[in-house]
Amino acid sequence: MRNITKTFGSIVANENARLDIYRGEILAILGENGSGKTTLMNMLAGIYFPDSGQIYYNGKEIVIASPKDAFEYGIGMIHQHFKLVNVLSAAENVALGLHEKGRFNIKKVAERIRELCDQYGFEIDPNEKIYNMSVSEKQTVEIIKVLYRGADILILDEPTAVLTPQETEKLFNVLRNMRDAGKAIVIITHKMNEVEELSDRVVVLRKGAYVGGVMTKDTNAEEMTNMLVGHTVKLEIDRPEPVNVKPRIKVEHLTVRNEEGLVKLNDVSFTANSGEILGIAGVSGNGQKELLEAIAGLQTVESGNICYIEDDGKEEQLIGKDPLSIQKMGVSLSFVPEDRLGMGLVGTMDLSDNMMLRSYRQGASPILDQKSPHALAENVVKDLGVLTPSIETPVKNLSGGNVQKVLVGREIASAPTVLMTAYAVRGLDINSSYMIYDLINRQKQEGVAVIYVGEDLDVLLQLADRILVLCAGQVSGIVEGKTADKLEVGRMMTRVGGTGSNE
Amino acid sequence: MNEKHAPLFHIAKRKSLTWYKAWGIRLLAILLALILDALITTLVTGLNPLGVYGTIFKGSFGSMRKFWVLMQNISILLCVSIAVTPAFKMRFWNVGGEGQILVGALATAACMILLGNSLPNAILIPVMVLASVAAGAVWGLIPAFFKAKWNTNETLFTLMMNYVATQLVAYFVIVWEVPKGAGKIGIINQSTEAGWFPMIGTNRYLINIIIVAVLTFFVYYYNRFSKHGYEIAVVGGSEKTARYVGINVQKVIMRTMALSGALCGVAGLLLVAGTNHTVTTSISGGRGFTAVMVAWLAKFNPFAMILTSFLIVFLERGASAISSDFGLNASFADIITGIILFFIIASEFFINYQLVFRKGHRKTEGKEA
Repeated sequence: MRNITKTFGSIVANENARLDIYRGEILAILGENGSGKTTLMNMLAGIYFPDSGQIYYNGKEIVIASPKDAFEYGIGMIHQHFKLVNVLSAAENVALGLHEKGRFNIKKVAERIRELCDQYGFEIDPNEKIYNMSVSEKQTVEIIKVLYRGADILILDEPTAVLTPQETEKLFNVLRNMRDAGKAIVIITHKMNEVEELSDRVVVLRKGAYVGGVMTKDTNAEEMTNMLVGHTVKLEIDRPEPVNVKPRIKVEHLTVRNEEGLVKLNDVSFTANSGEILGIAGVSGNGQKELLEAIAGLQTVESGNICYIEDDGKEEQLIGKDPLSIQKMGVSLSFVPEDRLGMGLVGTMDLSDNMMLRSYRQGASPILDQKSPHALAENVVKDLGVLTPSIETPVKNLSGGNVQKVLVGREIASAPTVLMTAYAVRGLDINSSYMIYDLINRQKQEGVAVIYVGEDLDVLLQLADRILVLCAGQVSGIVEGKTADKLEVGRMMTRVGGTGSNE
Repeated sequence: MNEKHAPLFHIAKRKSLTWYKAWGIRLLAILLALILDALITTLVTGLNPLGVYGTIFKGSFGSMRKFWVLMQNISILLCVSIAVTPAFKMRFWNVGGEGQILVGALATAACMILLGNSLPNAILIPVMVLASVAAGAVWGLIPAFFKAKWNTNETLFTLMMNYVATQLVAYFVIVWEVPKGAGKIGIINQSTEAGWFPMIGTNRYLINIIIVAVLTFFVYYYNRFSKHGYEIAVVGGSEKTARYVGINVQKVIMRTMALSGALCGVAGLLLVAGTNHTVTTSISGGRGFTAVMVAWLAKFNPFAMILTSFLIVFLERGASAISSDFGLNASFADIITGIILFFIIASEFFINYQLVFRKGHRKTEGKEA
């Protein structure tokens, strides 16, 4: 790809970008949020059409005007958000849109899928319906879909964002098999360790343009980060000493079942202190979401206590109260949920309207105060460096990192005494991640009790003062952040109590 | 070789347009629609298209009476359109406007028939207002309650409520029919005019128009500046987010649908007490559905709905004028108005997107050869 430029309205996604893809190689594309990685790949896959520039295939200039054209050249893309029909089976989804000659024969499709599975090491039942599948199985179907169409060049957009470590390892093995079979693999990612582990070559994009490409074995995380950000950054996270530590939230014997009656939290007890960051580690789906939502008043609780402890030691029960009554009690509880646009913000509303989600009830008048949220939005944009065309832009049009800044900015603005964050840096680039760590640390120093649910153990070990490990809804152990051992925490994540040493 | 070349044009998102360019595109669309209509008219009927257009125009502006009928029709349609708007902003697909208008109309008629001889107008009319508002609100509240409690499908539910309302009206038409066996109620209180809205000067319709104008301001303000309006937008944007900030979603759904139904009830009141002075099963004339289009076309802005409802009513009246003046059947008038509406709706696409034509004419093709 040469000199590729693509604009959306007044936003320039790619400017004179270039890229080379070779067979038998795994290429990683690195870039910050909104640096145009996905757009560039979408143009290769025929989803978008470039404003200008050329694409060459085997040395000849080609035009890709539709996904169908892309398939003719053997280019297939696995998107971040799956494009599958839930009520159909895997085989039916693969067959969708195929125009094979002769009678439609779903059995033949299933047969061919099994062959592909054997060839590359997938595990999937072609007759299983999509809605019965896990995220990783759905992803497998997506990959098979493009392989079935004879793709030689596979593009995967942040494939590991939704996978557990084990599933990631499986996927990487499959990708390596494909590379060895002579296919070209392109993966878009944020995670340095994945680049180092998987790729043969890495290309960095910044602000829509090509910055550089190196062989992975000739570089290291530090160097890649510098290329990515454009200036030198240090890859260390501060851990200021906790100040004025006092118990703030006390959770005792908390048990929660989900709608299907499955136990999601089992007899969980812990205390979160003010002026301290309590990290929560665990494989995702082991009760983290339910724990935070129970504290926030969004989750029905089967048994147990959640107490908010005021400065003077008075305890107040939070169970059975909805978010509004918790707020009315004078408890300033901020919550940055995992699903930012689905739960923390309203995507179709602009920045200013999203700022007043928490505060719009203030005042007795039935009329909204729209001035102060607007001022708050301007402050957040300025202080946190949110990249947005204007305050009046719907937040769904912002990139992931900027959406998160808007949400965190609002939650911090209410001067909370408790701040809960779930996967605060998921999908964020390095620069934005460090900004979020910094914001969280500042809250801690102001005496806020921070509960930080994370997935990156390295970060948790550097950031948190104490780490609570959840495993299958139980407290597997609570360890000191400073002295914790990564392997030990990892063991506790997979087995309650780890090697036996309980708290 | 099956070589590809760059497509002649591709579609790209526009930079935001200035408002006058956007309106320029809309006007151009109407102009193009008129030209196409003119061609079709000449080819199919052999009539002079300018004469046909003149008749369409005269259908609404031909006389003072026609003008006031136009204004009256606009006000009723606008009333229903602003009524469905809060529900739509909440993404509650209220297609039960018909039924809500009908029960409002029925409640009004009931008051006029049962209390017309015993209460003076000064008391009777407020009672009618209350009755119609309450009836519409209840009719809106029922599907909202089921939606809030058991997440029933509001589109089907409100649609079915329309049939219930129609049958209810049909039943009472027979109960109150005058004279017996006529199968219709006829003009209610024709001699006493009890419960009829007063004329302003000599104008029968002005009071309806004023009421709707006030309501339009109210709905605009309510949606845009009130805390309730904000809650509606949050619930419409994301129910989970609404719960997350402690908004009682069930309450908002029910409150909003009660309002939506109440405003439809007012439309029923205006129809019975202001203009028709009777009630029939077809009194709402499909406005509950037409209003959905009016509201969407105006992007849920009540002031823009003045324009879109004018457009719809103007075309409707024009269509009936040409079918009667030229002896054409009504389908032909529908073709004419359909084309105009189609162009207007399509023009919205060109306001958001533009066609980018291939640069360097046929350059790529030359290379291949």
